[in-house]
Order: sequence, then C-alpha cells, then structure tokens
Amino acid sequence: MIYRHLALYRRSWPRLAELAYWPVLQTSIWGFTSTFLLARGGSAAAAVGGMLLGGVLLWEFALRSQMGVAVAFLEELWSRNLGHVFVSPLRPWELVAAMISVSTLRLTIGVTPAILLSYLLYAFNLFTLGPVLVLFVANLMIMGWWVALGVVSLILRHGAGAESLAWSVLFGLTPFSAVFYPVSALPAWLRPVSLALPSSHVFEGMRAVMQLGVIRWDHLAAAAALNVVWMAAATLVFARQFRVARERGALLVIGE
Amino acid sequence: MAMDAIRVAGLTKRYGETLAVDGVAFAVPMGATVGLLGGNGAGKTTTIAMLLGLLIPSAGSVHVLGHDMARDRFAALARMNFSSPYVALPHRLSVAENLRVYGHLYNVPELDGRIAALASELEIEALLDRPAGELSAGQKTRVALAKSLINRPDLLLLDEPTASLDPDSGDMMRSLLERYRAESGCTILLASHNMSEVERLCTHVLMMKKGRIVDRGSPDELLGRYGRETLEDVFLDIARNRGASLGVPA
Repeated sequence: MIYRHLALYRRSWPRLAELAYWPVLQTSIWGFTSTFLLARGGSAAAAVGGMLLGGVLLWEFALRSQMGVAVAFLEELWSRNLGHVFVSPLRPWELVAAMISVSTLRLTIGVTPAILLSYLLYAFNLFTLGPVLVLFVANLMIMGWWVALGVVSLILRHGAGAESLAWSVLFGLTPFSAVFYPVSALPAWLRPVSLALPSSHVFEGMRAVMQLGVIRWDHLAAAAALNVVWMAAATLVFARQFRVARERGALLVIGE
Repeated sequence: MAMDAIRVAGLTKRYGETLAVDGVAFAVPMGATVGLLGGNGAGKTTTIAMLLGLLIPSAGSVHVLGHDMARDRFAALARMNFSSPYVALPHRLSVAENLRVYGHLYNVPELDGRIAALASELEIEALLDRPAGELSAGQKTRVALAKSLINRPDLLLLDEPTASLDPDSGDMMRSLLERYRAESGCTILLASHNMSEVERLCTHVLMMKKGRIVDRGSPDELLGRYGRETLEDVFLDIARNRGASLGVPA
C-alpha cells in the first residue's frame, strides 16, 4: 500500500507541491508577523514572535499527520478501490499502518521546506528546543493519527459526505490546543476541554522551554497519557465502524 | 470426501425491511465452474460480497476453501480473487503499477515475471505504462481480469467478467479462463448475464430470483427440465414465472 501511494506521488508534481504549500504559506505569514513584532516591540515581542513561529511549525506536525492518514484513505475511496483492497489478505490494521507510514512521508516532504524557510528567512531554528523536540513532535503526530482514525470512521459511517472533515477537523481544535496562547488565556470553562487534548500540553511544554529553558515533564507525561487514551478510543471506534460498514455493505459503494 | 471450495448454508442478508438474500444454501465442488444467474436485484452481487467477506450476513454460514469466513477470512482471501466492473482500480496509477500493488498485497513471488506473463496472455503489454483511468471499458475489463489472476487463485469470483468486451475479446477471455481452470484446477463462481458464456464455461448453474435460489443444475439439466434450447429461454421462463406452468418450482 505504501508503494501504491509512492507511485501516485511520483507521477504528480502538483500533489508533491501541494504537500509543502500550506506549511510554507503559514510559516511565511507568521514569520513576517514575528519580524514586524521584533521591529516594533523589542526583545519581548521577539520572544512572542518566536513562540508564534514555533507554534505554527509544531502544529503542522499534527495537521499534516492527520491529513496524511485521512487523504490516504480518501485516495482509495475516490478511486472506488476499497472493494479490491478489502478482498485482499490485507488486514485493516495493516492498512492503517500503511496510511500512517504514507502520512509520515508526506509530513517530511511538507514540513521540511517550512522549517528551512523559518531558519533562512526569519532566523528561527526549531531545533534550538533541543532533544525534547522529538517528544513534542511524536506526541503531535500521534494526535494527528488518532484524529484521522476518527475521521476515517466517520467516512466509513457517512460516506463521501464526511470527506471535508479530512481537511477541517483539526483546524477546529486549534483554538483549544493552546498553539498560540497559553491554556490560561482561555475562559475557565473551556480549560478542561483544552487540557484533555495532548496538543495543549505539548505547546505549554514548548513555551516553558522557550521562555524558561525548562522541560515540563509533567506536561509531556500528560500528553503521552492522553494520546494513549484517545488512540485506544479512536481504534475502538474505527473497529466498530469498519464492522458496521461490512454489515451495511458500504465497502463496495462508499465512493459512489 | 473431497472438500467443497464454497459451502453456504442458510445465507441471509436483510437491510431493514428488505430481504436481499433469503436463506440461500449451496456448495461448489473444487475445480467446478458454477454460474450464478438471475435478473437485476436477484441477490447475486450481495451473495458474492458475503462470500468475499465484504458483507457480513444477517444469518447463515459461509465456508470458503475450508475456512469459516466469519472467523478466518484472511486465510481464504489469500487464495482467492475477485473481478467486477463495478469496483475500479486506482485510475492515476499505470496498469503495471496497479498489478504490482496487488502482487505485493497477495505476496506474489517473482512478481515482474508474473505481470509479464499475464500481460502476454491477456494482450495488455501495450497498456502496461498507461494510467488505468485512461483505458477503454474493454481494456479495463482485461486489466481487472489480470489483477484477479495475479495470485494464481484457487477460487475466482467473477462478476460479469466479460462485460464491455466486444465478441472477439470476450471469446479470448473465455478461452483464457478455460485454459487457466484446466491448468490450475481453479474453482470459478461466475455471475453473468451472458447466457452463452454460462453455457460454455459452467458445469453447474444456480438460478436466483428475489434473493432465493429457485433452480439449479447443469446447463443440460436445466435445458431439459424447461424444454428449452438455450439458457436464455430458461432465464426468461424463470424471470417471467413461466416455470410453474412447466411443472418446475418457481
């Protein structure tokens, strides 16, 4: 299944370019914003600008991971190929593993130019976060995967009508994910919602490193634990919806 | 006693109030070619989908190549394959890439050689580098058949395998299926509206109507029972409820 997607991207440069388009665009917008803040507000504003850029770049890891998995599934749906895939010996978990692998390749191709751009144009080096960056990225990617499993489950349940969620659902979680501001900036009644998301803990941890130079292991542990819980829940929902799709005969007609 | 390739008992599929398949029971011996005939909505595609594990039955059991499809379908799926004009192949991939994808999924050894051999047999060598989405309907049917033979299946489920083919290409496909069956001992279950195809290929026929098997037998037995010269006339007798007047259960 990984070969199937590699073959697809190999023969389509617009698809390859599209992978990097949004991460580069986002980085450009927030990079110029940071530059503007630096020019007007001095070092304090520059620190805020740096956190904005860091937030943008890290959030792309979650966004692209989620979209990568969901779009890999949609490719099968658009080509009305699910019937062939699911009468092969490929197990559903193998399909999910392949989609995650494809998503990771897409992410690498998409985010690398944005990271380079932020360094070359805006002198922002994401790697100054240190080795803990690996843990931040891993948690955000895992969050992207379980959100994508939820989206795929909805597509299995509601068909192509739910496909727009593949692009929109994680953007909807951005306000609650503390990407650009701390959880404390949210109204008190919204904070529990925010703290139930692994991303909020990752971005609180990112700001702690950038502002104070400390690693907040408590936030990292919370992010990892929440990812385990959400991933388990998403897996159960996916397994359930896959079975329902087999009961309804949706695997043959889902793309129509 | 030889194992049946397919053994189905009490197979039922209900969608709400609609009974798509109603307590169907049949067995397909190893090496046989069986035709599944019936009008539109008779339940053929639903039955095939349940045999493939794509659809979970409301009741009944399906055993394929000795495996219970409710519990152990992946062991059977590795040894079977399927072709239908209603299920497409990724249209942006070339024909060769498509065959390679499915070769990998079925873990086919010496895949490049297998693809070359199938391309030669099905006369699709010139199509290998073309995107599947740019092929004519007849070319797509041949490529779909190549995909269905990629893993040298022990059981082949074919839903209208020669749909969209001109008479010459259709004849070539039927010859290929006959040759493949003779060489491999493969079992074939064939849903088709082409009665001459069924008469030529099938050793046994199951006639479906309104989700039930209403008659069965070899083509010669059915022709004799209905006093007809072609299976098409038998099909029409069943579709138009003329079997009862001939003393045949409808």
